[in-house]
Amino acid sequence: ASCVQHRLVVRDASSLQLLQLYTCLDQIQYIEWSSDSLFILCALYKRGIVQVWSLEQPAWHCRIDEGSAGLVASCWSPDGRHILNTTEFHLRITVWSLCTKSVSYIKYPKACQQGVVFTKDGRYMAVAERRDCKDFISIFVCSNWQLLRHFDTETQDLSGIEWAPNGCVLAAWDTCLEYKVLLYSLDGRLLSSFRAYEWPLGVKSVAWSPSSQFLAIGSFDEKVRILNHVTWKKITELDHPATVASKKTIVYKEVEKSPTVDTERLSFPPTRELASSLFSTQSKYDISQVPVSLQYVKPVADRANPKVGVGMLAFSADNCFLATKNDNIPNAVWIWDIRKLKLSVVLEQLCTIQCFQWDPCQPRLAVCTGTSRVYLWSPAGCMVVQVPGEGDFQIVSLSWHSSGDSMVLLSKDNFCVCYLEREEV
Amino acid sequence: MGDWRTITVPVLSSDSKNILSYTSEKKTSPTSMNSQVLRLSLPSSKNMHSFFSAFCTEENLEQSISYIDRELTTLGFPSIYAESKGRELNLVSIINCMNELLVLQHKNLRAQEEAEMQHMKLGSDMDHLQNCYAKLKEQLELSKREVVGLQERDRQLQSKNRNLHQLLKNEKDEVQKLQNIISSRATQYNHDMKRKEREYNKLKERLHQLVMNKKDKKIAMEILNCVGRADGKRGAWRTDKTEARNEEEMYKVLLSDYEQRQKQLLLENAELKKVLQQMKKDIISLLPPQKQKPKEKSEDGLVLSDQEEDIGDLNKENMWELSCETVREQLTNSIRKQWRMLKNHVEKLDNQVSRGHSGALNEKDVISREDHELETEKLELEIQQCKEMIKTQQQLLQQQLTCDDDTTLLLQDCYLLEERERLQEEWRLFREQKRNFEKERKSFTEAAIRLGLERKAFEEDRGTWLKHQFLTMTADCNNPNATTPSSEPDIRLVKSASRQRKPPSLLSTPISAEPCQTSQYIAQNSVASEKPTADNMPNLWVESDDKEETE
Repeated sequence: ASCVQHRLVVRDASSLQLLQLYTCLDQIQYIEWSSDSLFILCALYKRGIVQVWSLEQPAWHCRIDEGSAGLVASCWSPDGRHILNTTEFHLRITVWSLCTKSVSYIKYPKACQQGVVFTKDGRYMAVAERRDCKDFISIFVCSNWQLLRHFDTETQDLSGIEWAPNGCVLAAWDTCLEYKVLLYSLDGRLLSSFRAYEWPLGVKSVAWSPSSQFLAIGSFDEKVRILNHVTWKKITELDHPATVASKKTIVYKEVEKSPTVDTERLSFPPTRELASSLFSTQSKYDISQVPVSLQYVKPVADRANPKVGVGMLAFSADNCFLATKNDNIPNAVWIWDIRKLKLSVVLEQLCTIQCFQWDPCQPRLAVCTGTSRVYLWSPAGCMVVQVPGEGDFQIVSLSWHSSGDSMVLLSKDNFCVCYLEREEV
Repeated sequence: MGDWRTITVPVLSSDSKNILSYTSEKKTSPTSMNSQVLRLSLPSSKNMHSFFSAFCTEENLEQSISYIDRELTTLGFPSIYAESKGRELNLVSIINCMNELLVLQHKNLRAQEEAEMQHMKLGSDMDHLQNCYAKLKEQLELSKREVVGLQERDRQLQSKNRNLHQLLKNEKDEVQKLQNIISSRATQYNHDMKRKEREYNKLKERLHQLVMNKKDKKIAMEILNCVGRADGKRGAWRTDKTEARNEEEMYKVLLSDYEQRQKQLLLENAELKKVLQQMKKDIISLLPPQKQKPKEKSEDGLVLSDQEEDIGDLNKENMWELSCETVREQLTNSIRKQWRMLKNHVEKLDNQVSRGHSGALNEKDVISREDHELETEKLELEIQQCKEMIKTQQQLLQQQLTCDDDTTLLLQDCYLLEERERLQEEWRLFREQKRNFEKERKSFTEAAIRLGLERKAFEEDRGTWLKHQFLTMTADCNNPNATTPSSEPDIRLVKSASRQRKPPSLLSTPISAEPCQTSQYIAQNSVASEKPTADNMPNLWVESDDKEETE
């Protein structure tokens, strides 16, 4: 599904054939599929309206109007029948039910980067709240929206919460002014609290491993600390120095290949293909000899939210690799082998990394840097895939299909689907 | 001529010019010879003649001779004059004196040479030493200067060090101050933040109120038709039951997660324990048998064996009981001990190897590598031989087991012979016993025959006695005093019976003490009218015996 202005276009994933076309009232800011893929919600933040469309019954429609309360965020509940709208200024979260037309309110939600999280099995929802200058977490049962637990957290300013994939532990971390990660059990007990250091800027990103065994915490001091689920103590620190010196890491460097031009075939006026091939640069990967010094960007000292520290963390689906990005070294992706807790690969790109995502089935990482190329890495090697086409297609973000066979590459105005062929065994 | 004053002993000098001057002077003034020092030098061939002519000329011959004589005598040489104090010169003595003088001269020359050599050597040594001295002095100077320089540097460095320490302290203080400042600012910011947040909350509340109060009709949900729930169930009312159920479900989820984790941990634990046990066994097997400190080691060994037994027992028992503290501690402690022992052993071996390399083979325990290798070779040879022997023995055994029929038959025959001999023995015994039994039977039959005869006789006697008695009774009717004779015949009969019985008893074999008794018993039996049965047997025997007798 994709939206263009005020139209919602639904296509088939394997053939990109147009299936449905819906028209909304105003420009759509956000769309989301329901968990059973039967409905799509389109949020129009400016108007404060959420429109829901059904795939099975194109005639069915639903419109939720928040009115003067305004709309800041909207999302589905895991059962696919409730919509949670966050009103402006985070006044409240309204839970609209599509089955019963009933409404529930959650008061005092917290305005933080990740305030509402659902467990993987969709049973419980944790909401970060703030009352009287104190942070609280409420755990709701998604089936009937009953409050299960409500407890306060020892944080200054709760910045985010995340469920472990097994649904039994909730990680909560404090604002970047204070390094504090708290771990709560499902029933609200504080299991453990982790604090690496006191004064420098703290936690930037957090990720759970798919087996819930490890919690990776990326912080502003360019390090990732990994906690284990048995003792909740740090088992290792992964550092991101500007010089990679270890002999065992492979450094792939993206090198530009100058395009070969067949001077004989030049014709006037130059055809489009020729023009594009002249101006588009090919690139490939080269293995650089260790030690390699990476491009280091010194952060501006007196600005808030500096581009320092580990800003992106992702575990691979098989729990074997961890991909990180250090914002100081914005062109490199660091891939760590979790079994050995060592740096195994560094991908050095020509441009700043915009986004990377692991394949949900295999240990395959797709990286995009804002160029028209998508980079794939797997333990077997890495490759550069050029998006064919005219003009520039600057990939800003990408998203894998849940089967791992294809992925969507998004640029500002367009998107394309990249299909990966399965190897014939 | 001038007066001869004592001439001083001339100083050796290599200056021939002086001699020339002297000789020239000599000619001018002979008296000056007295005051002048005669310089005897190693005469060069040129000045020989002049020198010799300087002392003795034709004029002062006598004086010079007497002078020479005086000198020689003072030196201990014999006089050159002849014995008479005349002017005759003793040529022989002169020659001898000359010879002696020459010898002396040679000796002196040699001594002189040696002295000169020594002098030169000493001179060169002296030079050398002076050079050394000079050099050492220089070096000493240099080192003194160096020392001074180093001292200076040391002082500088120390002062630098002190400065740096001071700086460090200052920096630390500054850092502390800054931290304090940061913390105070942080608290201030927090306070301000809280204040602002409260304001903000108030605004939000106000806004919220306003929004809610407006009764905005727009806040509504327009839906075409209600959609069924994803799982098809109906909505439930919020009741206490549902709350309780929620709690239950939550706890169930948590518990299942914990159980899963615990299972995993148990599995891990069990595996690790297995590995530890194996390691322990391996370590124990690696360690050599302890000879030194038997007490301690045996105690350890006993303790260990106890522990091992305990752990072995526990292993055999329920596995889950191994999770208790004491057993875990025991296992880890025992492994630590064993590991320490192994470490010590390896260290000892290392020391031995290092000592062996350095060549100190004094200790008995140390075996040099070559010896060790030789021994290992020997052992290997032995092992080979033993193996071969075992192989051959096995082959032989195999042959024996699967050998051909002759040998088996022989073997079997051997066994049979043994058995036969045994059986023969038994047969012999059996036959002996049979013979004994026969003998006894014979005696029995004889006794029985005799008994029968005796019974017959007894019956006959009884009959006669009764007849007699009857006759006497009828006779005694006529005669009333016949009571006593009735007893007599009894007695006589008894006596006769006994008498009759006695000889057969005498005749019978001594073994027949019993047969007598038996015959009496048989006799009684027969009297007791058990004749037919009792007599059957003896009759049979009697018959057979009679048959025998008749035969």
